[in-house]
Amino acid sequence: MEQFLHQVAAGLATGGVYASLALALVMIYQTTHHVNFAQGELAMCSTYLAWSLVNAGVPYWAAFILTVAISFAVGMGIERVLIRRVERAPVLTVVIVFIAMQFILNSLAGAVFGYTIQLFPSPFPEEPPFGNPYINSHELGVVVVTMVTVGLLWAFFRFTSLGLALRGAAANSESAALCGIRVGSMLMLGWGLAAAIGAVAGMLVAPIVFLDPNMMSGILIYAFAAALLGGIDSPVGAVIGGFLLGVLENLAGAYVIGTELKLTVALITIVAVLVVRPSGLLGRVLVTRV
Amino acid sequence: MMQTRSLQAVPAAKNMFRWNDARLLSAGLLALACVLPFVLSNYRIFQLNMVFITTMALVGLNLLTGFNGQISLGHGAFYAMGAYTTAILVDRFDCPYILALPCSGAVCLVFGWLFGLPALRLEGLYLALATFALGVCLPQILKYKGIEDWTHGVQGITLLKPEAPFHLPLSADQWLYFLSLGVLVLLLWIARNIVTSHTGRAIVAIRDNPLAAAAMGIDLARYKTTAFGISALYTGIAGGLSALTVQFVAPDSFNILVSAGFLVGIVVGGLASLSGAFYGALFLQFVPNVADRISKAAPWAIYGVVLIGFVYLMPEGVAGFIRRWWVSVTATRTKP
Amino acid sequence: MNLLSVRDLHAGYGPIEVLHGVNIEVSKGGATAVLGANGAGKTTLLRAICGMIWRRGTIELDGQPIDKLETADIARRGVAHVPQGRGTFATLSAEENLRLGAIARMRSPKLAQNFALVYEYFPRLYERRNQQAGTLSGGEQQMLAIGRALMLEPKLLVLDEPSFGLAPRIVQEIFGIMRKINREQHVSVLVVEQNANLALEFADRACVLETGTVITHGTPEDMRQNPEVRRAYLGY
Repeated sequence: MEQFLHQVAAGLATGGVYASLALALVMIYQTTHHVNFAQGELAMCSTYLAWSLVNAGVPYWAAFILTVAISFAVGMGIERVLIRRVERAPVLTVVIVFIAMQFILNSLAGAVFGYTIQLFPSPFPEEPPFGNPYINSHELGVVVVTMVTVGLLWAFFRFTSLGLALRGAAANSESAALCGIRVGSMLMLGWGLAAAIGAVAGMLVAPIVFLDPNMMSGILIYAFAAALLGGIDSPVGAVIGGFLLGVLENLAGAYVIGTELKLTVALITIVAVLVVRPSGLLGRVLVTRV
Repeated sequence: MMQTRSLQAVPAAKNMFRWNDARLLSAGLLALACVLPFVLSNYRIFQLNMVFITTMALVGLNLLTGFNGQISLGHGAFYAMGAYTTAILVDRFDCPYILALPCSGAVCLVFGWLFGLPALRLEGLYLALATFALGVCLPQILKYKGIEDWTHGVQGITLLKPEAPFHLPLSADQWLYFLSLGVLVLLLWIARNIVTSHTGRAIVAIRDNPLAAAAMGIDLARYKTTAFGISALYTGIAGGLSALTVQFVAPDSFNILVSAGFLVGIVVGGLASLSGAFYGALFLQFVPNVADRISKAAPWAIYGVVLIGFVYLMPEGVAGFIRRWWVSVTATRTKP
Repeated sequence: MNLLSVRDLHAGYGPIEVLHGVNIEVSKGGATAVLGANGAGKTTLLRAICGMIWRRGTIELDGQPIDKLETADIARRGVAHVPQGRGTFATLSAEENLRLGAIARMRSPKLAQNFALVYEYFPRLYERRNQQAGTLSGGEQQMLAIGRALMLEPKLLVLDEPSFGLAPRIVQEIFGIMRKINREQHVSVLVVEQNANLALEFADRACVLETGTVITHGTPEDMRQNPEVRRAYLGY
């Protein structure tokens, strides 16, 4: 029983990580209906930025906020410069551009920072909360920060006009323009937010998996699976999906298939969700009239 | 009784001209290819061999993605499947390699068709996503302890280089070269026939407007799964040949870079172009080798920059560029 | 003075010019109908006015030129366009669709009033306000589109084939509401309509568009008297 609880707690912790990156993915999807294959690498670059700042002597939380802000700006820039041109292009072209971005970012990080693994600091204390044996402070911190982020996002989309405008621009950009919404600005905003969330995810993950240019590739697959499981257009769903997947992965690894095939759990989840229920647990089922 | 005059046959002069040009060019290239292994070093023969093999794999991917519009970012899986099938048959079951190759093809044909079934429910982006996940997970799956008996896990399988049969005066490298060349010519011929047949037109119609295609009576499910199967067949045979040529298969050789490389190859060569596969293969064989010497990061960076460059500047790939150039040259030639 | 004044408008898609020097006006508080067969350029005209395609010429709204403005800015100036096919935000709820219509008027003191007005005109929308808009019937989506346009507090309401694909009874209902909007809310209307009889009953000015030029214009009575128009568009 203790072993089981341990696995669940560890699963929730890793799940928190998947959830936070999944949030960024959902963000981009909600605003542009694109799936950003390069999200992981963007997050990784943001984390390296934070690492450089901390190494230069900037206190952790200042570096954190600065990184988030800069990532936001860079995200907006990428949309304006790179993505805008292929907005209306066929799917294959868009996918190719995203993959290309992933390659470039990965190699850039490798060239500038090298491939040796680096340590990244955690803002949370060393001792586990209340001395419990199941989950340490950082892991709990990840869960809490993720829940807070999703809460803020949910409120933003549901209750603010800007959130509604973002959703409208994604649902029907022509009609949105006819309502007076500047669609280009909305797209930039969406990308900026996604980049910011990704930066947060990266900074949360790095203390656990250590910092190197390839740290996000496995996590990205899990994040995709989580986002799909929860519903690619639902922030709350992404988070629930993330936690579910983390626990599922850990339990499957411990009791069913052994630890080497863990990544395959993500793959199976992706295929299963897409085939059985493409809208995920909480996503809206899209009805199209032909 | 009405007299009917039959229409005089009007020779399509321009077309015949171009058709002859293409045939001449192909024959010339083929002749050159047959001569080369006797003048080049073993290493160069090996490289050209890999170019042929990669061309086959790219034709496979192109049939699926370029002609049929189903995006696959995990085609390395079929490449690996073909490679491992051949390796296991030869190594563990003492199967002659000349039989192992078609077996690889058959296995991949079946699995490709099976993959095609759930793929029917996945549109563009989501299919890309699912195949991307497959590509990333591939090394892990290949290392699985459960099938280690056959795959030898992380250490992989080593094969002996096949000698030329019937005591032909060829070195092993030269024999493999001609084997690959022969298979390539055969596969290209089949592909060309498929593409220009009504099957090919149906496949392209599905890419361009699936709704209209379905409304016209094209069985989407049948053609899409068939495309998947044939695509896997081609890439699987390529994989099998690569196992023989490289003489080694291991899980880590089939990482996401292989699948990503294939994508880059068809973009560079030209989507929906058979000749493009060859240009893409040339790129994939020679450019990363050079880039690797500059820095470990360089191949990825080059892939990325090249992809973006081609998307923005040369969306029809090298094949498209050459086609346009050729048209402009021949157009001026046939002016009175 | 006219609310909308268009002079010598050329517009089209990419390399193809569809409109070749169109002149059209909508008076303040009035309603102008644009008639014409398929392919005449009626939708192109409306899209050009709203900045959705390339255009050349003079377009003035309330004396101010709008021919160089972006679609979103033209909308903010008070031009509410109800596109062909309704342009519904299918994945959002009906009420969210209306809220989007008001996105440029969120600080308006009349916001709550506008909601009430739309629900008064279209009680069926109130019933279905939390339903996903893509699942509404064609008629309900048309009402939603018009309601959305009203939330903008427009000076000019531009409608592209409001009767398209709808049952006659619903069409009558919708035109009745359009009349109310025109008279009670003092919103000028520019409507493109293939159903010529309906359009002429509704409008106070009309013009006929044929292959990109206005071949005749005047009052509805003028149109009814014109034998060619009668034969081609009115069926008698």
